[in-house]
Formats: sequence, structure tokens, C-alpha cells
Amino acid sequence: MFHLILFLFFGAICVAGAVNLLMQSHPINSALSLVVVMGSLAVEYLLLGAEFVAAVQVIVYAGAIMVMFLITIMLLNAGKEERSHGSRVAMLLGVPGVVIGGALIAWTILARSTTDSVSIGALQGDPRGIAKLLFHAFLLPFEVTSVLILIAIMGAVVLVSRPEAVVRSADSSPVRQPEPMIKDRELVAAGKDH
Amino acid sequence: MNITTFIIISLIKSAAVVGVLLTAVAYSVWLERKVSAHIQNRWGPTRVGPFGLLQPLADGVKFIFKEDLTQPHVYKPLYIAAPIIAVVFAISSIAVIPFGTWIQVGPLPVVGSLGTYSQITDVNIGLLLVLGITSMGVYGIALAGWSSNNKYALLGGLRASAQMIGYEVSLGLSLVGVVIMAGSLSLREIVDAQGGVFWGFIPRWNVFHGQTLAFFVFMIAAYAETNRMPFDLPEAESELIAGYHTEYSAMKFAMFFMAEYANMITASCMATMLFLGGWHGPIFGPYFLRVLLPVAWFCLKVFVFMFVYVWVRWTLPRFRYDQLMAFGWKVLLPLAVANIVVTALIVAWRA
Amino acid sequence: MAAVPLSYYLVLSGILFFCGVLGFLIKRNIITIFMSIELMLNGVNLSFVAFAAQWHSLNGQVFVFFVMVVAAAEAAVGLAIIIAVYRTRETLNVDQVNLLKL
Repeated sequence: MFHLILFLFFGAICVAGAVNLLMQSHPINSALSLVVVMGSLAVEYLLLGAEFVAAVQVIVYAGAIMVMFLITIMLLNAGKEERSHGSRVAMLLGVPGVVIGGALIAWTILARSTTDSVSIGALQGDPRGIAKLLFHAFLLPFEVTSVLILIAIMGAVVLVSRPEAVVRSADSSPVRQPEPMIKDRELVAAGKDH
Repeated sequence: MNITTFIIISLIKSAAVVGVLLTAVAYSVWLERKVSAHIQNRWGPTRVGPFGLLQPLADGVKFIFKEDLTQPHVYKPLYIAAPIIAVVFAISSIAVIPFGTWIQVGPLPVVGSLGTYSQITDVNIGLLLVLGITSMGVYGIALAGWSSNNKYALLGGLRASAQMIGYEVSLGLSLVGVVIMAGSLSLREIVDAQGGVFWGFIPRWNVFHGQTLAFFVFMIAAYAETNRMPFDLPEAESELIAGYHTEYSAMKFAMFFMAEYANMITASCMATMLFLGGWHGPIFGPYFLRVLLPVAWFCLKVFVFMFVYVWVRWTLPRFRYDQLMAFGWKVLLPLAVANIVVTALIVAWRA
Repeated sequence: MAAVPLSYYLVLSGILFFCGVLGFLIKRNIITIFMSIELMLNGVNLSFVAFAAQWHSLNGQVFVFFVMVVAAAEAAVGLAIIIAVYRTRETLNVDQVNLLKL
């Protein structure tokens, strides 16, 4: 009984966060709703007994990846989004379509499921058990994902590095300066941006 | 024991611990002002009460009565939510910190006894819980910088978030060595594994028993996490006009202040528990003293760490931002990883 | 009833996934589209953990780690691409990144 109440409460928070992500126009509100979704998902993992996964979800997903999103939104100073023609059509056709499709699938799953109930804390996901699997059976994927992260770091650094502009200094030897991120439009038009 | 007794005892423990924590936060402000004053060869607060001990009370009254300005150009929901987030996450991590041994409340025989640990709750993954709460504390600062709609505050908020994320990695990795030595993530078991002595008289604290490098990496990373000197560029008074809390006044500023000192206390508690043996110390005497002495030793060690925090702040100059980030990623992270590798090798070789 | 049937967890995971798909299709700000992708990945994680609890096998929980790692790497590279696009087009609206359109 207690399990059902907790599941429904945090499930409702998850769904409310997900719907709020769709309905907000400013991306920072969407980012914060996604953080709420991740937090309540961590509680759902705890209800299923996966304590280590819940802790990692909070530390890595909600605590690092979403902060990265937030830093990008703040850095780019993203404003409210505009509504263009394509999104109108997608909303009019897509939203009812996806809702009907989702409801159909949910009804099918609920009505015809023959699986047993999952008790609270069903599978104790202690770090020792997960570590045994991670470093014995799943060792190759583990090493491959570490190489993947290395590639992602290198890729991100290369993608964001600015092309350097060469500026002639007073004694006409080239001085390398990085280009400014956002060029002032009036200066560019007047041809005076360096 | 049955569920109602458990709930009542938990409520009493929570209320007591949070009350003590909030008083400790207020008096750590007093400690900072006194110690910084004596370092700078002046007196500090001496007028309000003996040795200025009632100064936090006067400060609290001042903050409550100060005019709470809310600028028209801020983004209201996040402006109000940011200090709340900062304070909630700063105070929550005290829930899993063990500060003493078992307290026996009811009759003494083991069957049907009524007792409790001196800790609000003991979770299997207590260490990860504290790390997770520290990760979430970044949001308070980032959102404060954003919602203030002020370029200095935004810069301060962005710098603070990037700094905290970078040093959090080294913080977590330096703790892996401790976990390897204790064999568990539960904070109570890590503290229990540091009892006893080796070589006759040296206590088996982690800092003497092999984790010295991890201790120093942890201390440096903790200073960076709590945005304290020498890493306090995000809130530097002379550089960024108070950084991310530029636009806050009165009670909201007091909440950021409280959050910073509560984070300092949490970091000091973590350093005590994980490296200095927690509540271990000479324990003697009648039962009443046996219960109280571990708590006293714990508080004494936490006080030493708070003193070192304030001492370092008023002694060292501030790092520049690029020096700070380079140090965190290029020096501390390899050191922490090297510590893990060496600890794991030694523990595996001994087994 | 004493416990929660597995299908409830699967329906919740499906709802999150569908909200992610909806967000991916109807939103115009590229960062919000990215966040919908993360929402989809989270929905899938929930289904992995639910099945791990059902079949008493920790493989499901280990796989959640790999999904998280891939999501982190993809978010890092994706945000770098977004910053690079912002520098040239100075907008975050996907409808305006249309130089290759006929």
C-alpha cells in the first residue's frame, strides 16, 4: 500500500515535470523541470531497490549533465522561443497522435499484463554486486565507454575552439588574437570589426 | 521497536541535530570574525556579550529587520528559489553523518532494548548521498547568478558552477581510497573501521594509515567546493562586486551566507569522519560519559577543521580563474587517480 | 494490494518516452530538443531498472550505467555543436538553420 502511494506520488511528479518541459517557452524552465524529473526518477529507482543507480543518477545526471545544460543556456543567453510555421503543424497533428498512441499502448500493457508485482526494494542493487558484474562480465563495454568519453572530451574541445584571427600590430608583425564570439553588427557593416 | 517509537525518536534526533547545526552555523560566523580579527591584529566583535558571543544574535536580528529589496528586473521565481535551494541542500547532508556511538535509552538487556545510533539515519550508500547533495548545491549558485539579470552576477554564477563541477570530480575520487580501505560506502562502517591503534600508539585513522595524499586532495577540493579562499573568485568582494549574490539583500543574502557556512561544516564533518577517525578518541568513565565523549571528540575535530578553514582564508591570496581550473583538472585529478591505483594495489597485495 | 505491478513501471517509462518524443518533434529551440532526448533516455533507464528488479538480475542496472555514460558523452558533444552553430547563425531556433535548404 505504502509502495503504491509512493510510486504514484513520484510518478505523478515525473509526468508533471515532463509535461512542464513541453509547455514552457523559456529553455531554462524546461531544464529545471528536467532536473525535477531526474530527481523523482532517482526515488523510483530507490523504490525498486537500485540504490547505487539512484545515487549515480543524482550525482551524474542531475548534478553534472544538467548543470552543463544550464551553463550552456546561461552562456548563450537563450531567450524565449518563437513559434514558427512548422511547429504549428507538428503540434496540431502530433500532440493528439502521440497521446492517442501512448494511451493505446498503456491500455494494452495494463490490461494484458501477466507479470507479478514488484515488491518494494525488490533487487538490492548494492555496489559490490554491480562492481562484480561491471569488472568481470562487462569489462569490455566499460573500457570502450571510457574511450568514448575521451573521444567526446576531445571532440567537444575541438568543436568549441575559436578560429584565431590574425591582427597586424603596430610593428606589422602578425599578432594572433581569438575572434570575438558575437560580432557587433554595426561594426561588421561598417567594415571596422578588426 | 515498533514504528511509532521509531518515528518519535527520529523526529527528536532530527530536531536536535538541525538545531545544533543552525546554531553552529551562526557561531561559525562569530568564529570567523574573531579569528580573522586576531590574524589581522585587531579585536573583532567584543561589545555584544562577553567576547562578542551574542554577536550572531545581533546579526540575525539585523538581517530580519533589514529592508528586503527586490529589483524589478530580476526573474522572480528563480530569484526567490535560488537561496532556498542553496540552504536546503546545504543543511540536508547532516542527515547521514554519524557523530557518536549507540545511545541506549530504554532497559539495558538486548532483547526489547530501546536505543539508537547518534545519527539521524544510516544509509548503505551514505557517502554517495553526501556527494549527491553537494552536486545539487551547485544549482543554488548557478540560478542565483542567472536570475539576477546582472552581468557580474552571471559571470560569478558561471565561474562558480564550472569550478564546483571540476573540483567535485577530484573530491569524489579522493574518497574512493577511503572506501577501498573500509570496504563499504556506509559512513558508520567507515568510521568504525578506524578504531583501534597500530604500532602501539598511533590511532588507526585513515590519515595516518595510508590516505595522507587523499586527505590533502580532499581538503583542497573541499575548499574549492565550498567556494572559500583561496578559491573564492566567484564571490570575491574586490573583483566581481560580490559575484553571484550581488543583487540579494537581507534575508535572502543571509540564506546564502548560512548555506556557505553549512557547506563548510559539512565538509569539515566529512574530513573528520573519513580521515580523522570520526568520534574515536579516549573514552572512559561512567555510562553517561561514555555516550557523551564520542560526540565531544567529534565536535572538537570539526572545530579544528573550521579553524583551519578560517586560518587558510585569511592567510593565502586568491587564485586567478584559469590557474584555479588548471590546478583542479591537471594536478588534483591525476593525484586522486594515482591515489586510487596505489591504494587498490596495496590492499589487493595484502589480501 | 501489497506491491506495485511491473506494468505500472513500464507505463510510466512509456509516458516519459512519449513526452520526450513529443518534445523532440514540436519544440523549436535546439537546447530544448536536446533535453527531450535526455528525457527519452531517462524513460528507457527506468524500464531497464524495472526489468532488472523483475528478473532478479543485476545486468539491467549495469546497463543503466552505460546508457548514462553514452548520454553524458552525447550531451557534451551536442552542446559543443550547438555553441558552434550559435556562433555562426546567432540563433537557437532550428527553423533558421536552413542554409542547405533548396
